[in-house]
Amino acid sequence: MENNYLLTYLIFLPLIGSLFIFFIKNDKISLVKYYGLFISLITFILSLIIYLSFDSNSSDFQFIHKFKWIEGLNVYYFVGVDGISLLLILLTTFITPITLISSWSSIEHKVKEFTFFMLVLETGMIGVFASLDLFLFYIFWEAMLIPMYFIIGIWGGYDKIYAAIKFFLYTMLGSLLMLVAIIWLAVYSIDILGEFTTDFTQLLSIAPTIKRDLQIWMFLAFGLSFAIKVPLFPFHTWLPDAHVQAPTAGSVILAGVLLKMGTYGLLRFNLPLFPDATIILAPYISVLAVIGIIYGALVAMVQTDMKKLVAYSSVSHLGFVVLGIFAINTESVQGAVIQMINHGLSTGALFLLVGVIYERTHTREIADYGGIAKLVPFFSFSLLFASLSSIGLPGLNGFVGEFLILLGSFKSGVLNSWWFTIFAATGVIFAAVYLLWMYQRVIFGELKNSKLEKLYDMNSREILVMIPIFVFIVWIGIYPSTFLNLSEKASKKIIYQVFNPTTTFTNKLK
Amino acid sequence: MFYSIKEFIDFLPMILVASGILLSITIELLSKRSVNILGWFSVILFFVVGIISLSNTGSQSIILQNMAATGGYVNLFYALFNFTGMLVCLLSIDYLNKYEASFGEYYILVQTSVLGMMLMAAAKDLFVIFLGLELMSISFYVLAGINRKRHNAIESALKYFLLGAFATGFIVYGIALIYGTAQSTSIDIIASKFINLSSNILFITGILLFLIGFSFKIAAFPFHMWVPDVYQGAPSTISALFSTAGKTAAFAAIIVSLFALFSSGASKIITPYLSVISILSMFFGSIVAISQTNIKRMLAYSSISNAGYLLIGLASANTEGVAGVIFYLTAYSLMNIGTFGIVSIIESKEEKNLEINDYMGLSNKYPLLAALLSLLMFSLAGIPPFAGFFGKYYIFMSAIKSDLTLLAILGVISSVISVYFYLRIVVFMYFKESQIQLEIKKSFSGMLALFLSVLLIIVLGIFPGGFLNIINSTL
Repeated sequence: MENNYLLTYLIFLPLIGSLFIFFIKNDKISLVKYYGLFISLITFILSLIIYLSFDSNSSDFQFIHKFKWIEGLNVYYFVGVDGISLLLILLTTFITPITLISSWSSIEHKVKEFTFFMLVLETGMIGVFASLDLFLFYIFWEAMLIPMYFIIGIWGGYDKIYAAIKFFLYTMLGSLLMLVAIIWLAVYSIDILGEFTTDFTQLLSIAPTIKRDLQIWMFLAFGLSFAIKVPLFPFHTWLPDAHVQAPTAGSVILAGVLLKMGTYGLLRFNLPLFPDATIILAPYISVLAVIGIIYGALVAMVQTDMKKLVAYSSVSHLGFVVLGIFAINTESVQGAVIQMINHGLSTGALFLLVGVIYERTHTREIADYGGIAKLVPFFSFSLLFASLSSIGLPGLNGFVGEFLILLGSFKSGVLNSWWFTIFAATGVIFAAVYLLWMYQRVIFGELKNSKLEKLYDMNSREILVMIPIFVFIVWIGIYPSTFLNLSEKASKKIIYQVFNPTTTFTNKLK
Repeated sequence: MFYSIKEFIDFLPMILVASGILLSITIELLSKRSVNILGWFSVILFFVVGIISLSNTGSQSIILQNMAATGGYVNLFYALFNFTGMLVCLLSIDYLNKYEASFGEYYILVQTSVLGMMLMAAAKDLFVIFLGLELMSISFYVLAGINRKRHNAIESALKYFLLGAFATGFIVYGIALIYGTAQSTSIDIIASKFINLSSNILFITGILLFLIGFSFKIAAFPFHMWVPDVYQGAPSTISALFSTAGKTAAFAAIIVSLFALFSSGASKIITPYLSVISILSMFFGSIVAISQTNIKRMLAYSSISNAGYLLIGLASANTEGVAGVIFYLTAYSLMNIGTFGIVSIIESKEEKNLEINDYMGLSNKYPLLAALLSLLMFSLAGIPPFAGFFGKYYIFMSAIKSDLTLLAILGVISSVISVYFYLRIVVFMYFKESQIQLEIKKSFSGMLALFLSVLLIIVLGIFPGGFLNIINSTL
C-alpha cells in the first residue's frame, strides 16, 4: 500500500512547531501566543484536509503511513485513521486552538513553556488516536503524560503538586500493566505468526485465538489502563483533583480529549482484540459504568465548587460512553462515539466558562455567587447553553448521544437486561438537577456578594472562543448524520469483529 | 606473547589504555600543574580507544592462550567503559578545579580502573576476571577517598574497601570451589563440563558464591549496604563512575562467565537466585529512595533498584536478556553520568547544594539545567520516548519470552514506585519556588558531557534500532 504522509505531518507539526518557540525572545510574550495559535490553527486546517479527503464509505484504515521503525524488534511506525479516530483527531485539533485562546490572559508567567507543552501535548494526543502499532501507541500514550504533568504542576492551583503526581502515578500504573500485556501479545504472536510483532492489524487476527481465561487477563491489563483514564468508577479519584487544580486550559484538554483516550482505547483495542473476554465481562463493566453514572451525578449534586461539579459530571457522562461501548450494537457504539465528541464540547465549554468567571473573581464557590444575570448577560446565556447541552436537551448535541446509548443498551443482546437502561436514564435526570441547580444558584437570586458588583461580562475574545463550540453543539443536535456517518462503518466493523472473531488464520494452521 | 599481528590489533585497546597509564604517570612526575593536562589527555585517550573498540565489533577471537577474548560484545563493553570514562573525565575537569584539588593521580586511577574493567569483560578465565576485578576495585577504593581531608571521604573509602574485600573473598572462594570440582578455571571448559557437574553440590555452591560476590559489586539487595554511604562520600564525579562503569563491568563479568552456560541448562540454577535478588533490589531500592533527602543517596538507592531491573535480563537467561542488559546498561550509564554530572555542576565547594531542597525553583534561574535534569529523570523513570524506557521494554520482553511474566509485572510495579522519587526532583525544580539563590559556576567541559549524554539518550530512545542491531550482531 502506498504511504500517505499527511497524517504524519499532522502528528508532528505541533511538535516541530513547538521547538521553534525557544528561538523567540523572552520578552515577546504576545508573539509566542500568536505563534502557538498559528501552529495549532495550521494543524486544525490540516486535519480538515484529511477529513475532506476521507472516504466514509470504507471501514478500512486510511491515510496509512507505515515503515519499519525498530529493525530488531519488528516495530513499525504505523499510523492510519478510520472514522472513529478521525472524529477524535478533529476534536483534538479543534479544542487545542480554543484552549490556547482561552488562556490568553489567564496564563501570565512562563508563557513560552506553556505554549510549548500544549503543542507537545497535541502531538501526543493525535498520535494516540492515529497509532496502529501497539508499541507506537504506547509511546504516545505515555509521552503525553509529561506535558500534562507540567501543565497541572506549573500553572495549577493551590494543591497542584499533589494533583500532578496523583495524575501521573495513577495513569502510569495502569499503562505499565498494559505494556506487559502488549509485550505478552507480541511474544504470543511468535508462536503463531513466527515473528515478534506489535502491529495492530496483524494482532487482530491472532489475539482472539488466545484461550479464554488468558484473554480475560489480557483484557483486564489493557482495560485497567483505559479505565483509569476514562475514568471508570472506582478508578476515578484522580480526576477531581486533577481537574480542580489544573488551569482552565488543562481542564478543557483533560475533559475534552484525554479522557476520550480511555474510551477510545476500550473501543479500539479491548473489543476486537479480546472478543470472548469482552462478551463475558461486558455486563460487569456496564455495572461499573452505571454506578459511575449515578455516583458521579450524586456527588456532583453536593459539590460547592463549580469546577469540581463539572469534574464529577464528567465521571457521570463518561459512564454513558462506557455503557454504550459495552452494549455492543450499532446504536450504542455510535452513540458512545458521538457522546465522546459531545462531552468534549459541552464539558469543555463548561470548564471554559468556569475559567472565565474564575479569572474575574478568583473564586469557584457556588455560594459566593448569585444574582449576576443582569451583570453578565452573555455569560449567563453561555452557561445556560452549555449546561443544557450537557444535560441532553433535545435539539442539542447531548441528547443525540445519550438517546442512542440508552436505546442501544435497552436492546442489547450482550447485556440482556433493561435494568442497565433504567438506572442509566436516571443519570439524565440527575444531570438536569445538578446543572440547573448550580445555574440557579450562580446566576439567579439576589446579588448578595458586594465584590460581584464590579463583575464585567465576557469580552470579545471569550465570546469568540464559545461561538465555534456552540455551532457544533447545535449542529450535532440538529443534524448528527454528518458525524454519525463518518464513524458508522468503523463502529460496525468493530461490532462485527467482536461477534465474528477472525478464525481464518487458525483454520489455515490446521 | 603475540602469535600474529591480528592478535596484536585485537589486543590494541587494552595496550593503548595501559600505555596511556604509563604516559600519564610520567606527565604527573614531570609537571607540577599537571591536573588539567592529564584530564584532557584522559578524555582524548578514552575517546580514541572507545572509537577503536567500537570499530572492531566483528567476530570474537580468543587471544593470549585462551585467557581472553576480544571482538564481538567484548569490544562493545570496551567502548562502553571508555566512553563512560571519557564523560566522567570531562565532568571532572571543572569539578576538581572547583575543589582546588590538584591530584594528578585522580585521572591515572580512573585509567587503571577502566583497564581493570576491560580485563573483566575480556576474560575467558576466572583468574582474569579476578585480576580485572581487583585492578578496578583497588583503584575505586582509592578514588572514593581521594579527597582525604574530609571525613566523609575517608568513611566512604574505608567502608567500600572493607565490604569490597569481603565480597572479593566470596568470589575467590567460589572460584576455588569451581576449580576444585571442574579442575579448570577456563570458562569454556567449565561450560562444557557443566551438565555433568550440575548435580555436584560443591560446584553449585561455587557458582552461587561467585554470583553473591558479584551481587555486591552490582549493588544488589541484600548486598547493597555500602552503596549509599560510598556514593555520598565519594566525589560526585567518582560516584558517577561507580554507578555506571563499575556496575557495567560487574555485569560484564557475570555475562562473560554465565553466557556460555545458558545453553547448557544453567538457567535452572541461576534463574531462581537472580529472580529473587532482582525482586528484592527493585523494591528495596525504589521504596527506600522515596524517603531520601540527599540527592546522591537517592541516586544510590535508584542504583540498587536499577540493578534489580538489569538482573531481570540476566534471569531470563536468553540472548534477548543479554542484549537488553547491554542496552539498558548503556542507557543507564548515560542517564547516571548526566544526573551525577548535573549534581557535580550544582554542587558548590564544601559539599553544599546536595540536598533535594536545594533544587527548589532551579527552573527559574537555570532553565537549561532544569530541563536537562527533568529529561534525565523522565528517562530514569522509564517514560518514553527516552532510552531508559526502551531498555526496560527490552528487558521485560526478554523476561516474558522466558515465561517470567510475573517478574516483568513486579518490575513494572516497582517502576511505578520509582516514578515518585524521580519526579520529586522535577517537582522541586519546577513546581516550587526557591528561597535561596543558587550560584553555579559555569563549566564548559561539564556541559559538553551533559549534552553528549542527553543527546544520546534521546537518539537511543527514538531510534534504538541501529544500536540494537549492533548489540545483536555481537552476541
